[in-house]
Amino acid sequence: MDFLYPKEMEKMRRETPARIGIGHAGPRYTTKAELDFWEAQTRASDAVQMEVPKEVVEQLGVFEVRTKCKNKYEMLTRPDWGRLFEEDAKKKISENCEHHVDVQIYFGDGLCSPSVGANIPDLYPALRAELEAEGYKVGTPFFVRYCRVNTARTIGPLLDAKLTCVLLGERPGLVTNESMSAYMALDARPEMSESDYKVVSNISRIGMPPVEAAAYIAELMKGELTK
Amino acid sequence: MNLQEFGSIREVMAKANDKKSGDELAGIAAETATERMRAKRVLSELTVHDLFECPAVPYEDDEVTRIIIDDIDKAEYEKIKNWTMAELREWLLADSTTGDDMLRAGRGMTSEVIAGVCKLMGNMDLMYASSKMHIEKTCNTTIGGTNVLASRLQPNHPVDGPGGVTASTLEGLSYGVGDAVLGLNPAIDTVDSTVTIWNLLQDIKHRYDVPTQICVLSHVTTQMKALQTGAKADLCFQSIAGSEAALSAFGVTASMLEEARAMFMQDGSAKGPNVMYFETGQGSELSSSAHNNWDQVTMECRCYGLARHYDPFLVNTVVGFMGPEYLYDSHQLLRAGLEDVFNGHLHGLPMGCDVCYTNHMPTDQDDGESLAVMLTAAGCHYFMGLPQGDDIMLMYQSTGYHDIAALRTMMHKRPIPEFEKWLESRGIWVDGHLGPNAGDPTRFLEEAV
Repeated sequence: MDFLYPKEMEKMRRETPARIGIGHAGPRYTTKAELDFWEAQTRASDAVQMEVPKEVVEQLGVFEVRTKCKNKYEMLTRPDWGRLFEEDAKKKISENCEHHVDVQIYFGDGLCSPSVGANIPDLYPALRAELEAEGYKVGTPFFVRYCRVNTARTIGPLLDAKLTCVLLGERPGLVTNESMSAYMALDARPEMSESDYKVVSNISRIGMPPVEAAAYIAELMKGELTK
Repeated sequence: MNLQEFGSIREVMAKANDKKSGDELAGIAAETATERMRAKRVLSELTVHDLFECPAVPYEDDEVTRIIIDDIDKAEYEKIKNWTMAELREWLLADSTTGDDMLRAGRGMTSEVIAGVCKLMGNMDLMYASSKMHIEKTCNTTIGGTNVLASRLQPNHPVDGPGGVTASTLEGLSYGVGDAVLGLNPAIDTVDSTVTIWNLLQDIKHRYDVPTQICVLSHVTTQMKALQTGAKADLCFQSIAGSEAALSAFGVTASMLEEARAMFMQDGSAKGPNVMYFETGQGSELSSSAHNNWDQVTMECRCYGLARHYDPFLVNTVVGFMGPEYLYDSHQLLRAGLEDVFNGHLHGLPMGCDVCYTNHMPTDQDDGESLAVMLTAAGCHYFMGLPQGDDIMLMYQSTGYHDIAALRTMMHKRPIPEFEKWLESRGIWVDGHLGPNAGDPTRFLEEAV
């Protein structure tokens, strides 16, 4: 549509990622605006519902376990199960991982499967290198399917980690479907409270880029470990 | 009182509830559809008195219960206390019962009674009964007039950037949105930030002479401190919940709300008398383990019992924000939206609805659009208006500026009359639809260019 002051409209658009200055067809959206919105929303919805492919986990070179949830439906409706593991999963983690570490990092699909393949290959090696350069002992990474933040309450004590960190897909909005958060807790344990986590969110190509995030998370971790 | 196979009224109420993932998560839902039907049958034979005597949290233990019970109009209660839920339902639906009759009787009902009758209503029962009640409230302007469908303009921005908030606000005004309130959810909950956005919205309201209200949805204690700096807002906002323990998880007490209301009456910029704005949503009590094993419809209903104590200008249920562990899909979402607006109306509240969903629910924009039409038919007071329904700060989707315009034109509704006149004077709204200047926020910049 024609704006009275087109240059001013451009300026306003630059002030916000909101969908403004989009015109209208009667009281409804233009075809382009409608299709753009649907496309972004279905991408976000797919990012939640799709599985992280086995190949992605293999390429990361890590082993996989799952929480008590058996499928996406349970993952979405039983947050209480998404924090727990069956005994065999705990055994697998215990047997395959180094114990008594300074930092235990693992990956989870959370609410955004594409975020794992999109961020971990840049994020994790850089983070690990930063920590090892400072002499910290970093544990064995692994991937948790149907993973919620509070798996950390089990993982920390299981592997006797000083600091536990899960890199987890975050609920997608319409701006990106590849965003991930890092949740970390010193001395993670079942009775800890939500506010004991330090969080770095919005890690993605268009938010905080993974390599930059690695440096930032490493600084936070060092601060926690020297408390 | 014959509860048949069920152990308690609490169990009957939970099992008579329509299927919700939140009640299943709490472990209190009916196991099968037939068990649900048996519970509804038992509920239909309970009396108003039975439910009145069975608050979800005991009177001695909970200030929300005390407020609900102490506010009851005893004379109205006496008239209906021996009615069964089945009789109450039919009385509400009867042609001989007016909306004013319903509102008067509602003052004699506790939230448990209202939640009970809601469980015996089909979706169209809820829409029809809701639509009969006419509830007007006044802040600077009056919401709830005949055929009025109002809107909250929600100009959220990822970092509360003043340029971005202004741009989204002017865009919204250019579509006729903002007659209920210009109200921002802040990314930063501080006194400074609240004052900055109050001043920004006040400036827009005064510069363009917009007949409306302004509000920043920070924590009530932040707004009280902001008011003490001498800055002004029209409405005082707070999210509320249906038990004392759940309120406390929000960092709120009833006396705090009373104090905030007195402060805004005294020092706020509104004419009043209605200066409070509350938000609710099914599932918040369970999320803080403060549901006392009661179902989410009853607990949500108790939010309305609390809200009516403060005679608010706006109440809305943020129906799809809590996520699929409380309302799984569009079927549950639509049902909850209709329940909440009916339950709020019968409490005498000016009910709006944030018709929304998160991307981890198996729902989409079409589901929201359907619910918005259903709720407009139900006489819902207002909806949210966002740039194409996309909240770039809270990361969920709601109703868009365009939806407000389409609902008004299609369903023969209009903005709040003073606001409508203001829109017409600017060529934004003409003869019940968008006018020639609609959708162009740069027209507000004439002074600036």
